[in-house]
Amino acid sequence: MHLYIVTPEKKVFEGEVLAATFPGSDGSFQVLNNHAPLVSSLKDGLIEYRDKKDEYETEITGGVVEVLNNKVIVLAEGVIE
Amino acid sequence: MPSLKEVKNRITSILSTQQITKAMKMVAAAKLRRAQDNIIQLRPYASKMNGLLQNLMMDSDVDESNAYGEEREVNRVLIMAVTSDRGLCGAFNSNIHKEVIRHIDANYKEIHANGDVHILPLGKKGFDYFRKRNYTIVDDFWEVFSDLSFANATKGAVFAMEKFLNREYDRIDIVYNEFKNVATQIMRVEQFLPVLPVELKVKEEVEYIYQPSKEAIVSDLVPKSLKTQVYKALLESNASEQGARMTAMDQATDNAGELLKDLRLTYNRTRQAAITKEINEIVAGADALG
Repeated sequence: MHLYIVTPEKKVFEGEVLAATFPGSDGSFQVLNNHAPLVSSLKDGLIEYRDKKDEYETEITGGVVEVLNNKVIVLAEGVIE
Repeated sequence: MPSLKEVKNRITSILSTQQITKAMKMVAAAKLRRAQDNIIQLRPYASKMNGLLQNLMMDSDVDESNAYGEEREVNRVLIMAVTSDRGLCGAFNSNIHKEVIRHIDANYKEIHANGDVHILPLGKKGFDYFRKRNYTIVDDFWEVFSDLSFANATKGAVFAMEKFLNREYDRIDIVYNEFKNVATQIMRVEQFLPVLPVELKVKEEVEYIYQPSKEAIVSDLVPKSLKTQVYKALLESNASEQGARMTAMDQATDNAGELLKDLRLTYNRTRQAAITKEINEIVAGADALG
């Protein structure tokens, strides 16, 4: 599936991933391939994702995630680097 | 005819002015590139945000519950005027000032007579201008351009949204310069609140799973998209400002060049006249002796 993390200031990540874990406002959850359409708000926390090679993480400050047709779009308010 | 020394002094002074305007033009060009980059960086976020909002609106009639879209009788108005912090950018700021005043006169004349049109200047120039005149201003947010990060830049928007929800303002407009190209800015007057209904493109309806709930997400997204709208206006205005300054400074450099040309001509003429006069005097002196 394709993961896309953007903030108003820049594009943080774009690429193919195998799995991604999000800090949902109701608790953390993981998205795998062929996930059903989902919209969830996110609280401050870590997004963890991995591709074939490695694992990554990005700390965001709130946002929304949309999962649709193997496209995962994260609209983060900001990222902490 | 001015003396040789006077002309020379003027030439030196204009030369240094020309150097300054040239340098300012180059600085503006560099800043313009950065400002344009920022706009480009915002685009994916803004378009994805709109796409998501569209999908959500398609799904059902959440629109009704949206407190930001409430149309009320307009008794109190807030106008956000986006100007710059610095001058020397041609008519950039005065265009905004004029447009704000024209906009108030055309649409909110009676409300303004009651003193219920407030102005929220974003940028120092607008703050200075409206403070000195007969307008009530909200003076907490004019320093946005010192730090154009999303969090800082949208404080004014957050304030306006709160005031709208508390019914302290019934209508909020935003006036800013949109960046078209280096030489052209487009004056924009947009309605900020109440939110205009989203134009629905016909798309396939998607059954989403919502977490925590659809209402929560919509009420989370709408303010975000409003903040994005203001952020976009600020970035556009910032790029426009640099463009306007570039053009103004380019013109100033050209004008200085023209002036220099004229002055150099005067200088040479004066110099030659002085030489001719001196030769005449010597010749006359030699004649008198001989």
